[in-house]
Amino acid sequence: MTATPAPEFTSLSEIASAVSSGRLSARAFLSQSLERIRELEGDLHCFNEVTTEKAMADADEVDRKVRAGLDPGPLAGVPVALKDNLCTEGIATTCSSRILEGWLPPYDATVVSRLRDAGAVLVGKTNLDEFAMGSSTENSAFGPTRNPWDLRRVPGGSSGGSAAVVAGGIVPLSFGSDTGGSIRQPAALCGIVGVKPTYGLVSRYGLIAFASSLDQIGPFATTVADAALGLQVVAGHDPMDSTSLDRPAPDLLASLSEGVSGLRIGLVEDFLSDGSECVEAVLAAGEALASAGATVDKVTIPELLLGLPAYYVIAPAEASSNLSRYDGVRYGLRVDGPDTETMNARTRGKGFGPEVKRRIMMGTYALSAGYYDAYYGQAQKARTLVIRAFEAAYRNFDVLLTPTTPSVAFPFGSKVDDPIQMYMCDLCSIPSSLAGHPAASVPFALNSEGLPVGVQVLAPALGEAVMMRVAASLEAAAPREARGPVTP
Amino acid sequence: MSEDEHFISPAEVRHVARLARLALDEEEVGRMASQLSAILEHVDAVRRLDTADVPPTAHPFPVENVLRPDSAVPCLDREAVLAEAPLAEADRFRVPRIMGEAP
Repeated sequence: MTATPAPEFTSLSEIASAVSSGRLSARAFLSQSLERIRELEGDLHCFNEVTTEKAMADADEVDRKVRAGLDPGPLAGVPVALKDNLCTEGIATTCSSRILEGWLPPYDATVVSRLRDAGAVLVGKTNLDEFAMGSSTENSAFGPTRNPWDLRRVPGGSSGGSAAVVAGGIVPLSFGSDTGGSIRQPAALCGIVGVKPTYGLVSRYGLIAFASSLDQIGPFATTVADAALGLQVVAGHDPMDSTSLDRPAPDLLASLSEGVSGLRIGLVEDFLSDGSECVEAVLAAGEALASAGATVDKVTIPELLLGLPAYYVIAPAEASSNLSRYDGVRYGLRVDGPDTETMNARTRGKGFGPEVKRRIMMGTYALSAGYYDAYYGQAQKARTLVIRAFEAAYRNFDVLLTPTTPSVAFPFGSKVDDPIQMYMCDLCSIPSSLAGHPAASVPFALNSEGLPVGVQVLAPALGEAVMMRVAASLEAAAPREARGPVTP
Repeated sequence: MSEDEHFISPAEVRHVARLARLALDEEEVGRMASQLSAILEHVDAVRRLDTADVPPTAHPFPVENVLRPDSAVPCLDREAVLAEAPLAEADRFRVPRIMGEAP
């Protein structure tokens, strides 16, 4: 079951340059991805749908632009896969839920139209935990995605399909969404780079909402430079999202190779206590950055431990409100009943899976009369404490390092019946989500079983440029075999 | 504190399920009662926190109402939207009876 290294992807900028110059065609890069899908999709189950025909038409359009002397864009010919909670006009968007099965969105998410405008070619919609709730893709209504490093193990979640499709060498760039760790955790478990941007940097228009004050879209790639370029293309203000930050997106590429000399880097001790392989990787990462000229110190931020319990009140509360729209009236599944309320309840009872039901129930409970102040109100105040603690830490540090996850990829079935154990996967990733800060997972080591271990780089709001610089230095210090792509 | 504080009874589960418009069978009600109780125990650290002088955060950054110029712009096509509805009639979504007899 051991994975073998797969040939490295051509970098995104090299693909775009080859396609723009007419040296290689978008169709040729697409064919490579489609061939790899034919070989591996049966094992991996990355996709809810492969959009072969539309992809061929899109690739041909890029090639036509090149022949016509038009600029095909900074991602010309780059095959890309999108988490199936990003709306794609005329292409089924299911959130891996029965309740949306067969629904064809009447519009594209802003991220989708920006990728198309940049010349990227969408090859398909990737599997996820239903409505992005989970850490393993085992909550998908359409069956789990498998980890390319070990098919007996989960790829992480909720963006597990988007992580596995890059780690398995199928496409060099994919996008997921991250509410409490749903990009970073699967990136770590699949040995690739995953970035959750600052809240508001990337438009959420057309991202099917889970917890609106936390959700952000971000890229997966095998290298920091590719992730930076992917993020750069989709970032920036969008009038269609009222929480989109109305300011220019930071330039992530200019300073990427400037190194870490003079930067102050904090290792968050509160997440370094258990001596695990994931903790060892963070300590080694700190040493590598110190050797590269950074000042590295430990820092204690105990308030960050409030993140997990606060999140598991706030996120379900927002979800219970957001998911009220799946009522059998406007789209998706309807199960008939004698009156509308019964129809609503039967539709939702049949259409949602167990984890989604749990979170709707938890959220409804936390928002209900008599419990609102005790749970939701208190969690919102805990969120303030997390934000204040970060503010204090960032007076002394430019970036912080933690493990991305408490453990490496786990076997199927080992946590799925124990919600609390599954929620613990998000322990280190949640605090940045609550604060709206950016965070990235970088593959840094292999454990004793040959499974990838990620290190998480945290930065203050809009600190993506320095965060990606540190990520690039970690990448340079990490062994090549610690990152994908791999062949299962 | 007593362990009972985290206990959610099957009756409470049925009440919350009604609020959430979620039809649960009896097996789900039982499982939900024990799982929600476990989750509430886990989030109890938040409930017990001393937050006397701490303001709540609803959103990571201060947000204000965002208004666009008051000019007509195209919106989604009505037919395209209604085409995705389980049931539509006369340019409207069709639903079963809404007004019931008083409970």
